[in-house]
Amino acid sequence: MSNGQEFIKNYKQGSDYAHGFVTDIETIDVPKGLSKEVVHFISKQKKEPQWMLNWRLKAFDRLQSMKEPDWQKPKYPKINYQDLYYYSAPKSLTDQPKSLDDIDPEIRKTYEKLGIPLLEQKKLAGIAVDAVFDSVSVATTFKDKLNEIGVIFCSISEATREHPELVQKYLGSVIPMSDHFFATLNSAVFTDGSFVYIPPGVRCPMELSTYFRINASNTGQFERTLIIADKGSYVSYLEGCTAPMRDENQLHAANVELVALDDAEIKYSTVQNWYPGDKEGNGGIYNFVTKRGACRGKNSKISWTQVETGSAITWKYPSCILQGDNSQGEFYSVAITNNYQKADTGTKMIHLGKNTRSKIISKGISAGHADNTYRGLVSIHPKATGAKNYTQCDSLLVGNKCGAHTIPYIENKNSTSEIEHEATTSKISDDQLFYCRQRGLNQEESVSLIVNGFCKEVLQQLPMEFAVEAQKLVGISLEGSVG
Amino acid sequence: MIDIKNLRASVDDKEILKGLNLKIGKGEVHAIMGPNGSGKSTLSYVLSGKEGYNVSGEIQFNKKNLLELNAEERAREGIFLAFQYPIEIPGVFTNNFLRTSLNSVRKANGKVELNAIDFLKIIKEKAKELNIGEEMLLRPLNVGFSGGEKKRNEILQMSLLEPSFVVMDETDSGLDIDALKIVSNGVNSLRDPERSFLIITHYQRLLNYIKPDFVHVLSEGKIVKTGDWKLALDLEDQGYGQFIN
Repeated sequence: MSNGQEFIKNYKQGSDYAHGFVTDIETIDVPKGLSKEVVHFISKQKKEPQWMLNWRLKAFDRLQSMKEPDWQKPKYPKINYQDLYYYSAPKSLTDQPKSLDDIDPEIRKTYEKLGIPLLEQKKLAGIAVDAVFDSVSVATTFKDKLNEIGVIFCSISEATREHPELVQKYLGSVIPMSDHFFATLNSAVFTDGSFVYIPPGVRCPMELSTYFRINASNTGQFERTLIIADKGSYVSYLEGCTAPMRDENQLHAANVELVALDDAEIKYSTVQNWYPGDKEGNGGIYNFVTKRGACRGKNSKISWTQVETGSAITWKYPSCILQGDNSQGEFYSVAITNNYQKADTGTKMIHLGKNTRSKIISKGISAGHADNTYRGLVSIHPKATGAKNYTQCDSLLVGNKCGAHTIPYIENKNSTSEIEHEATTSKISDDQLFYCRQRGLNQEESVSLIVNGFCKEVLQQLPMEFAVEAQKLVGISLEGSVG
Repeated sequence: MIDIKNLRASVDDKEILKGLNLKIGKGEVHAIMGPNGSGKSTLSYVLSGKEGYNVSGEIQFNKKNLLELNAEERAREGIFLAFQYPIEIPGVFTNNFLRTSLNSVRKANGKVELNAIDFLKIIKEKAKELNIGEEMLLRPLNVGFSGGEKKRNEILQMSLLEPSFVVMDETDSGLDIDALKIVSNGVNSLRDPERSFLIITHYQRLLNYIKPDFVHVLSEGKIVKTGDWKLALDLEDQGYGQFIN
């Protein structure tokens, strides 16, 4: 249990955002703006092979004719893509540190402050961590130990050099390069993220996790993560995210691709706590993320669990393409919005194979002036005989100035399918609060308890080590929302 | 223990309690009876600090001015309200709620918080006394509980928190005779020279099991008659009409 506590303990350091500090280090930045030169620069910094550069340039070309989507509910001021930095890396990392002990002490301190020790002797037992700082991966722990059983866990930059055959085969195979504006932007300028490969029949013995940290200002973070679970393998992966408090909005546009082959299972958990902006809605991260998993093999399974508490705007739909017969997709989500935060999130379950099953459990909580939308698609294709879906969308309102919306899309092209959809909207009642307070809990403890009860089904899906701490995070995110 | 003077409470300009006076000494059991709409539930809420009432007058509790404390502070001072309609909280397991509650109260009183194992020992024992199955502790708080289970759960919380002043708001309503006996036994076993009770009820029935030291008749927001427990028998015989204009 202590590992999870260390990992997320920073979340419970009081009502204000606890990770809003800035690390003062020298960085290498490219000039502002988006151009072919910048793409070349990033690729060169990453010492990428030529094919990778070509791939990026192709994406860059396609991007020129693409438009930013605007169908989402939360609107935001137009982003000037020429006014962003696309690469920022600590200078000390120009020469890759040879061991974890060689990492710049300032960066090491940053992660220690966040509860993630990177030093060999202090590593979290049972959890391998890839730490990404702005545009680069600064350290990956337990790499050698995992290597012994054939598990590859490294930064995506390293993977393009060391495992080109795997990256070439799978990168962009789930999220096509020109899927949509942000996916294409990411394909051109992605900086770092994690790469995981689990060989056939291997059950990954530890939790793999990536900790993303945005530090530099005016910088976009373009994370790229690729996870491949080969036949009959299993992996559980967790990502955490934080950023300093800044007055301007910052863009995080990630692409995450998962591939599960025959009989493989991937469990992907996110605890997203990017800086949400201040109480008046100034600043905060734009979290515009494309996450998609392909259950490519028969009997494969992909399970997304997300606890979204941060960001000014969260806009993402972790999805499953259920291609293999008997494959399964799951989506468990808690999205909490407080003050002026906004979320438009949900999932897509695309049933292609026979007897494919999907389950969607979404819990949206709105407080303050926040606005929370569940948007989801369940699509049963003509060949998906015997497909089943169960969807449950619950919204909880705290106070009377917030909003909750549920927009489910269902497309069914096979008459043998079964689709169930349930939705509820409720409020924390004064009676519930009074009952708790009459038993000695204060206002905030009462709200936290009631909301945690509301989210229970989802929080239970998190790896044990993190579930307890995620519960505390839920409470903290809602502090000051009542009364 | 508690001294209520000229207590007035209103909601939306409608006065419900209209100058109520009541003094309850240590270890005493008082019953308040009264017709519908006389202000019984309002009194229980005002004593326990529910918001939404415009309150004036005085309530001294162990030399503290109760009206200056909010609901949780009063709970931590030892005031317990057994609800007429216990509230459901989905997804929150009963034993988890009870432990959170107990630890909040313990912490406020400078006692160490109990860990899960020590807590389980205590709660299992107390649950057994009230004929509460362990499986009930593993269900979400009051969700899908029968009327009797909800009331027994209230008594369980009372016995766990060991309050010094208990207000029971129509705890007997909706109970069958067996459940009534269990609940009454539970309450009687908690009677203590240091603990006072205010029992609010419509019917004399409960008072056959829990014998009060004093019985008061509440009508239109005031206590109009006070006597010993025989007053309850009178009321059962002749109704409230004799005390109401």
